[in-house]
Amino acid sequence: MRSIRAAAVGAVTLSLALAVSACGGGTPTGGGSNDSPKTLTYWASNQGASIEIDKKVLQPELDKFEKQNGIKVKLEVVPWNDLLNRILTATTSGQGPDVLNIGNTWSASLQATGALLPWDEKNFAAIGGRDRFVDSALGSTGAPGKDPAAVPLYSMAYGLYYNKKIFAEAGISKPPATWAELIADGKKIQAKGKQAIGAEGASLNENVHHVFVFAKQHGADFFTADGKPDFTSDKVVAAVKQYVDLMAKDKVIPPGNAEYAQNQSVSDFAKGRTAMLLWQTASANLRSQGMNPDDYGITPVPVQSGTPGSGTQINSMVAGVNVAVFKNTHNLDGATQFVKFLTSDEEQKILNKAFSSIPPVKTAQADPAFNTPETAVLKNTLATSAAALPQVPSESQFETTVGTAVKELFADAAAGRAVTTESVKAKLLKAQQQMPAK
Amino acid sequence: MTTTVDAGRPTAQKSSRAAGPRRGRPGRSGRAGRAWLPYLLLLPALILELLVHLVPMVIGAVMSLKEITQFYIRNWTAAPWSGFDNYRVSVDVDAPVGEALLHSFFVTVGFTLLSVALCWLIGTAAAICLQDSFRGRGLLRTLFLVPYALPVYAAVITWVFMFQHDNGLVNHVLHDQLHLTDKPSFWLIGDNSFWALLTVSVWRGWPFAFLIVMAGLQNIPRELYEAAALDGAGMWQQIRRITLPSLRPVNQVLVLVLFLWTFNDFNTPYVMFGKAAPRAADLISVHIYQASFVSWDFGTGSAMSVLLLLFLLVVTGVYLAVTSRGRRTADV
Amino acid sequence: MSDSYRSPMAPPRSFLWTRRIFLTLLTGFVLVPVYVMVSSSLKPLQDVSGKFRWLPSGLTIRPYIDIWSTVPLARYFVNSLIVAGAATAGSVVIAVFASYAVSRYSFRGKRVFTVTVLSTQMFPGILFLLPLFLLYVNIGNATGIALFGSRGGLILTYLTFTLPFSIWMLIGYFDSVPRDLDEAALVDGCGPLGALFRVVVPAAIPGIVAVAVYAFMTAWGEVLFASVMTNDTTRTLAVGLQGYSTLNDVYWNQIMAASLVVSVPVVAGFLLLQRYLVAGLTAGAVK
Repeated sequence: MRSIRAAAVGAVTLSLALAVSACGGGTPTGGGSNDSPKTLTYWASNQGASIEIDKKVLQPELDKFEKQNGIKVKLEVVPWNDLLNRILTATTSGQGPDVLNIGNTWSASLQATGALLPWDEKNFAAIGGRDRFVDSALGSTGAPGKDPAAVPLYSMAYGLYYNKKIFAEAGISKPPATWAELIADGKKIQAKGKQAIGAEGASLNENVHHVFVFAKQHGADFFTADGKPDFTSDKVVAAVKQYVDLMAKDKVIPPGNAEYAQNQSVSDFAKGRTAMLLWQTASANLRSQGMNPDDYGITPVPVQSGTPGSGTQINSMVAGVNVAVFKNTHNLDGATQFVKFLTSDEEQKILNKAFSSIPPVKTAQADPAFNTPETAVLKNTLATSAAALPQVPSESQFETTVGTAVKELFADAAAGRAVTTESVKAKLLKAQQQMPAK
Repeated sequence: MTTTVDAGRPTAQKSSRAAGPRRGRPGRSGRAGRAWLPYLLLLPALILELLVHLVPMVIGAVMSLKEITQFYIRNWTAAPWSGFDNYRVSVDVDAPVGEALLHSFFVTVGFTLLSVALCWLIGTAAAICLQDSFRGRGLLRTLFLVPYALPVYAAVITWVFMFQHDNGLVNHVLHDQLHLTDKPSFWLIGDNSFWALLTVSVWRGWPFAFLIVMAGLQNIPRELYEAAALDGAGMWQQIRRITLPSLRPVNQVLVLVLFLWTFNDFNTPYVMFGKAAPRAADLISVHIYQASFVSWDFGTGSAMSVLLLLFLLVVTGVYLAVTSRGRRTADV
Repeated sequence: MSDSYRSPMAPPRSFLWTRRIFLTLLTGFVLVPVYVMVSSSLKPLQDVSGKFRWLPSGLTIRPYIDIWSTVPLARYFVNSLIVAGAATAGSVVIAVFASYAVSRYSFRGKRVFTVTVLSTQMFPGILFLLPLFLLYVNIGNATGIALFGSRGGLILTYLTFTLPFSIWMLIGYFDSVPRDLDEAALVDGCGPLGALFRVVVPAAIPGIVAVAVYAFMTAWGEVLFASVMTNDTTRTLAVGLQGYSTLNDVYWNQIMAASLVVSVPVVAGFLLLQRYLVAGLTAGAVK
């Protein structure tokens, strides 16, 4: 027995030694270096129709960059499913890319880890200054009052897509501008045997994006000014209820949509089964589903008053992708140069055209390619009536807890259970209690 | 193979002698003299287990005593020690986090018991059915392994496809064709999601039990069946008296690992429901994933994992004690 | 080999009927999702998500052509073959040694070893992810062996993940091989390893094949570790398949087509291995 115990003690000691040595992963004080000035690793998010298509779009641009600056960029397009986990493991181990794309809603959370290079005045000056970027896009780059953790790269916004043919059949002459009009139009459409509007009821992200906008329209926020969760105020409850009521009370969202989380609502719309869809830049998707661009129109998401604007007339979140520099980079200057390259007018035009997004760089937006009816609506929304999701470190928990609450409310509505102010409040209270206590 | 054939014959005749009490300790000096040999044989396994399994488990246990949120993951050795705070949060069943964990735990226990029982039953029944040769046996044997050969992602996505409310096959059959329900049911949200998850888990899991039991059946000496047949035992009695008892050693391990894997299965619920499973199907592995990766709180996630480890250790200990005792008495 | 070895009597009617009904139901249960996969893989994208119909209206083989260009499927396939193959080979060899030691020798620490190995199956796999990644990075920094991002790291991981079950299972199979067999071999002058490879291993072939199939399939299908530990060039199929589902588009038909295409070689491998699964010790007794 003694030898077993000795072996066990030995094993534990060895494990601990290894465990402790394993912690040296990140270089906590490291601020980057210029040890390998000739290469860069770049993790790009998947923006186009597939990873291979993204590579075909990006590679020629990287070659161009190499020709201009003599720096070879090693590209990896990381699928969205894996991106955050990859970034987390990179952060923990200190072993990551030099430059990477992040979903802009993650900015504040990742900023809190301290793994990303802060974009102070000096760094911004190196890429042409802060002023080059649209304000709303800059609003989604990190917590307010701190140097941004990332720089806007691609922007997107929500619009209301509608099927022209179904609208004509139902005798609707112009798309709805208020929620009341939307519901009234929905009833007309349902009378013709079509579904009114689609939603991804089981998608946490989609749910959060929508209730965030509804809360804005009710003049409420999910977080207090000092970053504390405040999910149960009357206005927030009313906002969440208004969204869920589109299925529960107004019955314009079909109950089946409560389980959608794989973009089924887009394919319903593309097939002409639903007349309306709230989506961000759906055109490429609709095309690949076989829908003719002439068959649908796009208009701003309804607001309570009918005219989108700031304050309670907000009608979209600021969606998009930011580019960040990993603090542990071995090629700090090269990384900055590369960000400058990606955010240059020329590259902004090329890349945003290829990915059917909108350039967050003001001068690039002026390009006529971004004046098609669809992009004009989205561009205008971004410029005048879009707000960034809360820029707090616990943003990802917020998306999970509130998104889940809305998902459960939709499930209740679909099953025919009543959705009341009390039930909404109870779900939101539970969500709030699951937020980290800070 | 010739060795087997030649050596196999005398065995059957001598088998009564072989069941003596010398189990596990060959008396020949050639083996007993080399006490280091078993350790040498174990060494590669030992090194790998230590490196890839045990050290990470110890690191995980250390993490559970720290506050590892997004503010500290970059350099988690510097993260503040939080003592047993993470554990306290996890087991405080009056607060939402603890309550949700407990609920998830019960769901997982129920799900695991049902899934393992069904996988084992179907797998064993299928293996026994395919023991005798008949036309099409080879085909069925291959066919039954197909669910196991499909990539998890594809298999689960296909089931999700079939469970859809509006367009799925399941509602098409149950509602449109057989008229068993008044209106189409929801399978991916609400309470039914538990049964949907169970179906997928059994569909993917039973071929494994089938595979292992089938291999186990090959080691049952034919003489036993012949002797039983001479005694007048029918087919059903042969299965009960010979097949099932002979499978006991295989089953002991099979049921245990099926239990452990099903309990900790991550892929199936994750592909099926994503980051937030419906409450009725909130399995503990996804729950812990959510607590650690989605909420960026690896301390609490690790604490939950350690609690789970302790629970499963107890279950396994009891299980092994009970089944081993039963096995020993059965041998006598 | 093909004849019935169990009972000289014909099975009773009740058994035959139960078997027939059970196998028919089971075949249906297995086949329906497979049928859905096949039929969906033959539809154009806009038809896939429509109302389910048993007989598809329009068929196309387009998805089977597109799968190769949407993601580098061939490369993922080769990666998966290398990773799963190497992990299986390593796992089986190491498990055979360890199980032989446990089955045939009594030594100190045997119980501790088996229980510890089993306990690793009780920790949720996801929590291994970060520590293991940290460990690999540090080993890489200390020794220069790149374990993360390479196939080697993944092979090592899967090899170890499949060891516990393989060891436990093989102990059982080895225990059921009569000791007299290898003692006879020892008397004939074989060393312990000779006895292992000439007698015990051949007699336990069905068990070893079953364990190998298990190890292979585990490595073949694992998603989470592969998603974090691989990069573009070393990505495996299980993760690569998700490439058909992008932020805005889900290519259902291509997912199904690709899954079927990559599963065909695996099923064919099963077919080849079948005769080993049902051969072994009993093969000697039949003759």
